[in-house]
Amino acid sequence: MAWYVGRRLLQMVPVFFGATLLIYALVFLLPGDPIAALFGDRGVNEATAARLREQYNLDQPFLVQYLLFIKGVLTLDFGQSFTGRPVIDLIADAFPVTVKLALVALAVEAVFGIAFGLLAGLRRGGWFDSTVLFVSLVVIGVPVFVLGFVAQFLFGVKWGIVSPTVGGDPGLTDLLLPGFVLGALSFAYVLRLTRNSVAEGLSADHVRTATAKGLSRPRVVTVHVLRNSLIPVVTFLGADLGALMGGAIVTEGIFNVPGVGNLVYQSVIRGEGPTVVSVVTILVMVYLLANLVVDLLYAVLDPRIRYV
Amino acid sequence: MSDRRPTAVRPGQERFVAPLEETPLAAVDAVDEQAPPTSQWADAWRQLRRRPLFIVSSLIILLLVVVSLFPSWFTSVDPRFADLSRSLEGPADGHPLGFTQQGTDVYARLVHGARASVSVGIVATLLVLVVGGTIGALAGFFGGWLDAVLSRLADVFFAIPLLLGGIILMQMLDTRNSLTVALTLSVFGWPQVARIMRGSVLQVKTQEYVTAAKSLGLSRAKTLVRHVVPNALGPVIVVATISLGTFIAAEATLSFLSIGLPPNIVSWGGDISRAQATLRTDPWVLLWPAAGLSLTVLSFLMLGDALRDALDPKGRTR
Amino acid sequence: MSAPTTGGATAPLLQVRDLHVDFSSGGRSVHAVRGADLTVYPGQTVAIVGESGSGKSTTAQAVIGLLPGNGKVVRGEVLFDGKDIAHASKREFVGLRGKHIGLVPQDPMSNLNPVWTIGFQVREALAANGLATGRAAKQRAAELLAEAGLSDADRRLKQYPHEFSGGMRQRALIAIGLASRPRLLIADEPTSALDVTVQRQILDHLDGLTEKLGTAVLLITHDLGLAAERAEHLVVMYKGQVVESGPALQILQDPQHPYTQRLVSAAPSLASRRLESSAPRAQVAEHAHRAHEAAVAGSSVGVEETPDVIEVENLTKVFTLRGAGPRGEKLTAVDDVSFAVRRGTTTAVVGESGSGKSTVAQMVLNLLPATSGTVRFDGVDITTLDRRQQFDFRRRVQPIFQNPYGSLDPSFSIYRTVEEPLRVHGIGDAASREARVRDLLDKVALPAATIRRYPNELSGGQRQRVAIARALALQPEVVVCDEAVSALDVLVQGQILTLLNDLQAELGLTYLFITHDLAVVRQIADDVVVMEKGRLVEAASTERVFAAPEQAYTRALLDAIPGGRIELGR
Repeated sequence: MAWYVGRRLLQMVPVFFGATLLIYALVFLLPGDPIAALFGDRGVNEATAARLREQYNLDQPFLVQYLLFIKGVLTLDFGQSFTGRPVIDLIADAFPVTVKLALVALAVEAVFGIAFGLLAGLRRGGWFDSTVLFVSLVVIGVPVFVLGFVAQFLFGVKWGIVSPTVGGDPGLTDLLLPGFVLGALSFAYVLRLTRNSVAEGLSADHVRTATAKGLSRPRVVTVHVLRNSLIPVVTFLGADLGALMGGAIVTEGIFNVPGVGNLVYQSVIRGEGPTVVSVVTILVMVYLLANLVVDLLYAVLDPRIRYV
Repeated sequence: MSDRRPTAVRPGQERFVAPLEETPLAAVDAVDEQAPPTSQWADAWRQLRRRPLFIVSSLIILLLVVVSLFPSWFTSVDPRFADLSRSLEGPADGHPLGFTQQGTDVYARLVHGARASVSVGIVATLLVLVVGGTIGALAGFFGGWLDAVLSRLADVFFAIPLLLGGIILMQMLDTRNSLTVALTLSVFGWPQVARIMRGSVLQVKTQEYVTAAKSLGLSRAKTLVRHVVPNALGPVIVVATISLGTFIAAEATLSFLSIGLPPNIVSWGGDISRAQATLRTDPWVLLWPAAGLSLTVLSFLMLGDALRDALDPKGRTR
Repeated sequence: MSAPTTGGATAPLLQVRDLHVDFSSGGRSVHAVRGADLTVYPGQTVAIVGESGSGKSTTAQAVIGLLPGNGKVVRGEVLFDGKDIAHASKREFVGLRGKHIGLVPQDPMSNLNPVWTIGFQVREALAANGLATGRAAKQRAAELLAEAGLSDADRRLKQYPHEFSGGMRQRALIAIGLASRPRLLIADEPTSALDVTVQRQILDHLDGLTEKLGTAVLLITHDLGLAAERAEHLVVMYKGQVVESGPALQILQDPQHPYTQRLVSAAPSLASRRLESSAPRAQVAEHAHRAHEAAVAGSSVGVEETPDVIEVENLTKVFTLRGAGPRGEKLTAVDDVSFAVRRGTTTAVVGESGSGKSTVAQMVLNLLPATSGTVRFDGVDITTLDRRQQFDFRRRVQPIFQNPYGSLDPSFSIYRTVEEPLRVHGIGDAASREARVRDLLDKVALPAATIRRYPNELSGGQRQRVAIARALALQPEVVVCDEAVSALDVLVQGQILTLLNDLQAELGLTYLFITHDLAVVRQIADDVVVMEKGRLVEAASTERVFAAPEQAYTRALLDAIPGGRIELGR
């Protein structure tokens, strides 16, 4: 077990450095002076610019800049944004909101995805299955901002069931509509995954044997089909939690949710390099950790996997 | 056992021999010389031809391609011509879908917007196919340190979400056009194709015909090209088709965030972005390009689904 | 459904009358079973024998109500204890299954749920049929496992299926099948996935157990010898119909229907001697000599002719198991094996799974480097070959593999498949290559029309013929057959063996024949090498090994051949 976790952690190290280096290079190495861009049309104040360059180590060679940044990350010192706020404060404000939003989305996709997927899988080839499969394709096909606008227009504006935008410090109920929109895409994936997994499981030899033992149909379905089929689904959900954190840019924008997606988008647009690299670094870490957890989860759910 | 064998035959178990005329004997393992030869691709095609999902999606895609190549066949109105006096006017003669807030023709913009989506989607997909396909095939087939290096490289790009990476890269680029958007999307999109290709190659490479090729003295490189890649391609084609839809949606999202295609290129994403402002009063201005976009993405997904049934037996939905 | 009352001693337990089962696929319906009849008395063992596609398993599935979703009983009746269950409701079948009709399925690897413990799966069978729950079920489950021949039952209950070997899993499945003491047990190819020695133990155990409990057994098998040995009544099925049925010995010794006659004469487990070949065996050596002369021309390797074309000396292969902790676990797959293959003869390497026989084949083919030891081909150590010599070696030593579905590239037409070796070795021009391909297909008795076909259109036996044609394209001296006939139905298997034998005589080929099946060895091999757990146990001529085996392991293998001891009147 320790050996397995150790090996997986070791594999994560080059990926972590690679991904952060990539983002750091994209933000600070590409043509265009991030400091000059800050001043916009007002003309560059050379003294201020020099001070900023020094503060962000931009006068150093690129690799040194990057290593200083990583050193900061590892000591949880993300520095300040160009506007002078500590980046850690921005992150501390935004992350809890996004975590809440992601959890709502995750609950939506887990509950509805598994339920519909199970029903469709059990009736493979029937009208319910065909309908649900097609609807899931439509959900995947409609881009999230279109879905967001339609939902906002219908529920928020036309019928006035919920407030069209969130803002401020949202509670779980405020995040219901954005959560549905954010979770829609993965809902469709979970549905299809569950459906295929259940349909395949139904024809498994061991399910036939379980039926031959004299078990009732409901027991066969829950204990022998669903239990096995949930292994890939649960691991998908685990990995998706990592993805939802970084994928909420559009949803948060439409519903004006003050989360990580909004933060990173605004920072990119405003040329806030230091904030961008810091937030993306954290997102990469979340993604990598989620994947590690998924691997371990897999081993817990499937006794065949041993930590070797 | 032998002691269980009773000497007297019991009712229902008498010796029975079926008359030969009722149970005619066929030659052992004879080849049916009548049937026409069919390759697996011909088989897949025959299977596809009958699926409504395939027929509908390919017809829509065909229409889209024609619209993107020859938009003037469908409208003679200049999509960039803005007449502010007609801002948000409803349908009129020659303008079946009305006007945007800027006073441009909604229908003309819908028709001309197809080109941006389709071209970005196709270019990005071709790029990820070539890059991801090659890297995945090499990693899977040669294994060892090459696999370790290439797989970690794919992990690096995979760790950054497509949209997030796209936003950051596009923001840093000076030129924004269909090509740069396609390039940006493929930079963060290739690892998925690489992973699928690698997995598929790993599976094919254990097949006995690959060992047989080695036993013939065929070189490793030729074995990869002749025997492994053609048989590993099925799942990759499926994923590429679906990716095409995903890239079109991603392009529209970037344009929607006004970080993708610039306003002078007519695109559905950009139009949706500009129509946001009037969503509450005139939702149709937003819904037309949204419908065009969704239908386009959907047809590629449907095509991918149909192809999966025919080309990737493992991922079958029925 | 209430429990069927026990009939009189002479009343049949199961009667299948004029059973028709159809499968619908893609709008068409396939008649899988057409008018099957059979009768099973309480406590009796009845076997249905047939090849794949004969409808034997479908008949059994109809009896226990486990037909796949697209299968349907369209006519006839299935009387269980006098009551027709052919069209019983789902609920009635739930009451019947397990409690009155048990099942021991075919493949022990896939028939236990991998995510639940063995104990859970046994207890479930008890609880479902209202026999025991809680602590009592635990106790009973342990007894059942012990009864099925699993030692240390208490510990076994807590283990998962993947911790069991194939034989142990099959014992667990037997425990489950008999858990509720059903009056009929359907055993669907219960041991065909297991090694012969394990197969024998399990069948013996099952026999003893069902006899003790008075359980009737409906045994489904492709193996005539096994059926004759285990059952008192045989039902032979062919293409969905019963062609012959009656007392087992009578059918075996006096088959009446031409199909049964075919089966009896082809059954390898019953054959007692080597196949005759088209050319007299004495001429084979001379042909082999000429084949060598022809092959040597222009070759850079093995120019000298030695009596032993292949010599294996102290061959050892150690695998390091991947990911097994920081240091990795070592597995010695082949341990110090030495033998020689005489030119123009067939040497069989025989052993059960894990014996290392296929690893030996891989090393002889130079596809896998040996850890130590040497393989010499025509006197030359094949590990020392340079690129050019290696290329020549490949031309002269060719393989035929086991899986007819995996050994041909599905995207290559048969023509391209057989032509590829010629192209790779730059032999002839397009026209002469095509003529050669036609000639080769003719040699393996495939019609010329096959040339434009693709592998997916051919049956397993036909594909194996194509694989043989490909292997022969380069006029090799040695052909390594790695379980080349194991995946085929018995009649097709017989055909392919005859073909291989004739080709050997005609072309002077030397075969290294890897197999788990001693019955096949007796039909085709001149010499035998017996392997167990990586080691060589015994090596001698086929007659000697079969007449007077020196090692206990070899004797155990021979004894395990199903039906090996039944006298035939052919």
